[in-house]
Amino acid sequence: MIRISCPYCGLRDHDEFTYIGDATKNRPTDDASDEDWFNFVYIRDNPRGPHQEYWQHIQGCRAFVKVLRNTLTHEVLATGLPGDVLSNKISEGKNEPSAK
Amino acid sequence: MVEYSVFSLISNALSGHKNWGRAWRDPEPKKHYDVIIIGGGGHGIASSFYLAKNHGIRSVAVLEKGWLGGGNTGRNTTIVRSNYMLDENAHFYEKSLQLWEQLSHELNFNVMFSQRGVINLIHSDSQMDAFTRRGNTMRLNGIDAELYDREQVRRFLPYLDYSKNARFPIYGGLLQPRGGTARHDAVAWGLARGADRQGVDIIQNCEVTGFKMQGNRITAVETTRGEIGCGTVGLAVAGHTGHLAAKLNMKLPIESHILQAFVTEPIKPMVDTVVTFGAGHFYVSQSDKGGLVFGGDLDMYNSYAQRGNMPMIEHVMSAGVAMMPNLSRLRVQRHWGGIMDMSMDGSPIIGKSPIDNLYLNCGWCYGGFKATPGSGWGFAHTIANGKPHPLNAALNLDRFRLGRTVDERGAGPYPNRH
Ligand SMILES: Cc1cc2nc3c(=O)[nH]c(=O)nc-3n(C[C@H](O)[C@H](O)[C@H](O)COP(=O)(O)OP(=O)(O)OC[C@H]3O[C@@H](n4cnc5c(N)ncnc54)[C@H](O)[C@@H]3O)c2cc1C
Ligand SMILES: [Zn+2]
Repeated sequence: MIRISCPYCGLRDHDEFTYIGDATKNRPTDDASDEDWFNFVYIRDNPRGPHQEYWQHIQGCRAFVKVLRNTLTHEVLATGLPGDVLSNKISEGKNEPSAK
Repeated sequence: MVEYSVFSLISNALSGHKNWGRAWRDPEPKKHYDVIIIGGGGHGIASSFYLAKNHGIRSVAVLEKGWLGGGNTGRNTTIVRSNYMLDENAHFYEKSLQLWEQLSHELNFNVMFSQRGVINLIHSDSQMDAFTRRGNTMRLNGIDAELYDREQVRRFLPYLDYSKNARFPIYGGLLQPRGGTARHDAVAWGLARGADRQGVDIIQNCEVTGFKMQGNRITAVETTRGEIGCGTVGLAVAGHTGHLAAKLNMKLPIESHILQAFVTEPIKPMVDTVVTFGAGHFYVSQSDKGGLVFGGDLDMYNSYAQRGNMPMIEHVMSAGVAMMPNLSRLRVQRHWGGIMDMSMDGSPIIGKSPIDNLYLNCGWCYGGFKATPGSGWGFAHTIANGKPHPLNAALNLDRFRLGRTVDERGAGPYPNRH
């Protein structure tokens, strides 16, 4: 079980959440180029390592949570609200849980 | 290398089976190959086999970071079928099924392809309509399909739950009689031996770690066993595609996800076909050793970890027991995971890449085992001719940019929903 720290509810099991997907993709403006739309809809970095992603706390407070997670080890490195910029606190040497 | 036959069997039996030769060589990498295939799974090896056999290209190496077939080829639930509806998929997978039907003979190696049928269960009126349409489309495409009603399914699969309490009542099923299973390891070994006999170098414990470029061409691949020069490169690394693409500054319409599978303790023969239960996402067959082999859905989040998580194990078990209550009496002996190359439309990519001499074979999602011979056959054609065969032409990378996706399930650009 992966444990994800919801900014509102604290540390919870991941099966309380629904995986939404890559959090680095921002919707282009309506008049953006085809290339921008193509990149938004279809292209993914798909990194082996830290990945920014959205999970929704669907069986809790229903908030969208931004998660920085290592796709190779499943380790959650940081969590926050969708607008937060997440830094990899664990790799920076701080080991405390990243919940606010 | 020895031809397998009843005579070689008898003569080796007389000497106590101590003198069988190697099935394939274990060569040192050469300085240069005309074609380098990265990834020694079924697809990579099949590609090298058909490059040599159909196109006479023999300066070929398959580079495998671990052992042959140790990726998804050796981890899958081995279901083979061609019950697709969209033309772009149907004809390609049917070609693959036809290659399966002659593969053991072609390789002089028993891949234990068993056409025991694959049946998809139907649980509602609307599913009945949808599967009737699918079955009719298949038959119009010359692919076998039979629609069963509830009573026919009950006679065929007496061990499912037909009670009033069934979580999803069974309305019928769509059967593809020519579908079935094959022995995954034998497929990798048989193809490796077949490729090796034609001069292909199969190099294990050789991880590709980087690329040497000149302009828009790859001139050499860097590996844990040194640098190897190349004419053309074929990438067939399934779930690891994203990782290697990143080394080429290439971003693809693919996400890597984990899929788990399970096998129970062996029991007497019970499941003599392949049953799939889409409503609960569960599918099961029985191996020749007697274990029930089954699987379900992805764990759903991006992963390169090759090991799954408990919630999905519980989900798969409960779906299985809902369909087949007697499953609850069995012990699961092993479970494992593999990394799926989930594409944005659920269909594979076999074709050119933005790099001049690199070809892509990826995006197989959880259905690439059945494609093994077809994928190798089409990929070899594409590499040898510099352009795709009509059967895999629609499965190109450009389709995403052009909006011509091949979305069999109609799920949209969400890789974990296909
Ligand atoms: C649990 C599970 C169940 C499945 N069930 C089915 C099924 O019932 N029917 C079906 O049709 N399909 C199924 N699939 C999908 C199927 O297994 C795959 O699509 C197919 O086997 C892919 O074959 P491949 O040769 O492309 O990949 P793989 O067999 O994964 O081969 C890729 C190889 O590339 C190697 N590699 C990776 N990186 C490097 C590197 N840097 N250098 C060198 N080598 C590298 C890997 O070690 C690996 O051996 C299932 C998959 C899983 C995991
Ligand atoms: Zn919450």
